[in-house]
Amino acid sequence: MSVGFIELQHLNKRYGGGRKSAPVVALDDLCLSIPEGSLFGLLGPNGAGKTTTLRILCTLLSPDSGSVRVGDRDALADPRGVRSLLGYVAQEVAIDKILSGRELLQLQGDLYHLPRRRRDSRIDELIALLGMDDWIDRRCGGYSGGMRRRLDLAAGLLHSPRVLVLDEPTVGLDIESRSAIWTVLRQLRAAGTTVLLSSHYLEEVDALADQLAIIEAGRVIACGSPTSLKDALGGDRVTLRVREFSDENEALQVQALLKGCQGVRQVVVNRAQGFSLNLVIEHDGVIEQLRRQLAEADLPVFALAQSRPSLDDVYLQATGRTLMDAELAVAGNRDAKAERKQSMR
Amino acid sequence: MTSANPTLTTGSDATSALAEITQETLALTRRLFVQLARRPSTLVAGMLQPLIWLILFGALFANAPAGLLPGGMSYGRFLGAGVIVFTAFSGALNAGLPVMFDREFGFLNRLLVAPLRSRSSIVLASVLYITTLSLVQSLAIMVTASLLGYGWPGAAGLLLVLVTLLLLVFAVTALSLGLAFALPGHIELIAVIFVANLPLLFASTALAPLSFMPPWLGWLAALNPLTFAIEPIRSAYAGDLSLAAVVLEAPYGNLTTATCLGLLAALAAGLFLAIRPLLDRKLS
Repeated sequence: MSVGFIELQHLNKRYGGGRKSAPVVALDDLCLSIPEGSLFGLLGPNGAGKTTTLRILCTLLSPDSGSVRVGDRDALADPRGVRSLLGYVAQEVAIDKILSGRELLQLQGDLYHLPRRRRDSRIDELIALLGMDDWIDRRCGGYSGGMRRRLDLAAGLLHSPRVLVLDEPTVGLDIESRSAIWTVLRQLRAAGTTVLLSSHYLEEVDALADQLAIIEAGRVIACGSPTSLKDALGGDRVTLRVREFSDENEALQVQALLKGCQGVRQVVVNRAQGFSLNLVIEHDGVIEQLRRQLAEADLPVFALAQSRPSLDDVYLQATGRTLMDAELAVAGNRDAKAERKQSMR
Repeated sequence: MTSANPTLTTGSDATSALAEITQETLALTRRLFVQLARRPSTLVAGMLQPLIWLILFGALFANAPAGLLPGGMSYGRFLGAGVIVFTAFSGALNAGLPVMFDREFGFLNRLLVAPLRSRSSIVLASVLYITTLSLVQSLAIMVTASLLGYGWPGAAGLLLVLVTLLLLVFAVTALSLGLAFALPGHIELIAVIFVANLPLLFASTALAPLSFMPPWLGWLAALNPLTFAIEPIRSAYAGDLSLAAVVLEAPYGNLTTATCLGLLAALAAGLFLAIRPLLDRKLS
C-alpha cells in the first residue's frame, strides 16, 4: 500500500486522570493512512475517538504519543505549515452572532492572509457555490442550522485548502442543506481536494466515501473502500417474517427449522423488529429452498427481503454489535460538560 | 472550483511576517469594534457609571468644609481625577470578557486552526481594542467634567493624563486577559471583576485624600496602583506638570509624578511577563 497524503501513526490520547476521575482512553494506538484526492470517511459511534483524531490532525490537540504528517509536513514540529494546508469544519459551529456571514468570511480570509481582492472574489465564489446569497449580509445570529453549517463550510474552503476536514458535517441538518453539502463534497473530490469527514451515519459514509475506516474505542478496526469491505464479508442478507408480528416461540421454531438448511450460514432472531429472522445465505438459490422448507412445514411467509451486506453488517462483523446498539450504549454516559471542557482552551 | 489549487498564499516569502501580523491583528481588532458598534451597551454603561459618580458624589460633598482638601481645592475638582482614572480602570478590567466568550463558544478554536503568523495577534487585538475604548471613555468623562466646571488640564497636561491612563490600562488589561485564560468561565470572571471594582476605588485617593483616612486605609490607598494614576492626573489638573513634583505624601515617603509613572510602567511590564507563560500554554 502506498504512503498516504495524511499519515496518522500510533496515536495515543487520554483525557483526565486527575485525582477525581480515572483517565479516559480516547485513542489507543490509532493508525490511519489517507490517500491524496480521496473522500475518506471516518465511521464510528459517538465517543469512538473521531473528533479527537480530527482535532489532533488540525493541531488543536497534541497526542500523548504518535506522529501526524500531512504531505511533507509534520504537524507536531511545524503546526503552522500543516494549518495552512487544512480547512477545518468543526462539529460545534463557532460563529460570531453579531457579524454578518460576509464579515465572518472576511475575518477568516485575513487570518489566512489572503490578499484582499482574492479574498473578496473567493467569498463571492463560495456564496454562489453554497447558495447563501439571501443570507450572507445578514447577521449570523439569525441563521438556521443548515445556513450556519454552509457558512462554516465556506469558511473552511476559503483559502482553497488541499485537505478539507469535516467533523460530523450533516448532524441535525435539513435534507436540503445536507444534499447541498454532499454535492459540494463530491465536487471537491472531483477537483482533487482530499476530503476527510467523520460521521456516525452509515448511509452518509456509504454514499460519499471512496475509502473509509471504522473506529471503535480509539482504534481502527476495519479499513478499505465500502465495496471491498462489504464484499469481504460475503453472503447476502435475508430478512424473513412469517407473520407481520410473530411471537418468540414461533420465531425460535422457524430458526431451528432453517438453521440446518444447506447454504444458510447464520440465523438470528431479531427481537427489536417483531421477532423477524435475519439470515446470512451463500447464494441466490438458497431463497427457493427456504420457501420450500417453510411451505412443507406449513408456515406462511409475510415478507422476505434480500439485500447485499451493508456497512452496518461490516460494523457488526467487526465489533459484534450494530452501530445503533453502540450508539445507544454510550448515549446515557456521555458527559457534555467534560466534552466542552476538553474543547476549551 | 479552484479548491485544489496547490499554490498557497500562506507562508509565501513575498509577504513579510510583519504584513501578515498586521493583517491578522487588524482583522481581529475590527471584529471587536464591529461588535461594540452593534452592541454599544458596554460603551454606554462604561461612560454612564462614572458620570453618575461625578454628578452624585460631587453634589454629595459639594459643601465639604473648606480646608478638608489640600490647597483649598473644591471637591468637584478633587473628584474629577479619581473618576477619570476609575473610568479607564473599569473599562480595562473588562478586557478579558470577549476572550473568555471566545474560549467558551469555541470561536478561539477557529482562530487557533488558522495559520496565524503569531498568536500574539489575538492578545494584541484585545489590547488595542480595550486601550482605545478606555481612553475614549476617559476623554468623554474629562470633557463632561470640564463642562461641569471641574477644570481642564491644558494641552501638555492632557498628554500627561493620557500617558498615565495608558500605563494603567496596559497593567489592568494584562491582569484581565490573564484571568480570562486562568478562570474556568465567564461567570467566575464577572464575579472577580465585580468584587475587584469598588474596593479598589474606595481604597484609593479617588474619593478622599490620604489625610482623611484612618492609618490602615491610608496605607492601603498609598499602595493601590489606582492612586499612582490618580495623583499625577490631579497634579496635572492643578497645573503642576513637573515630573519631579511631589504628588503624594505616602506613609512610607513622598512620591513624585515620575515615581508614580515608573511604578505603573513596572506593574504593566511585570503583569505582561507574569501572564506570558499562561498565554503561551493556552495558545500553543
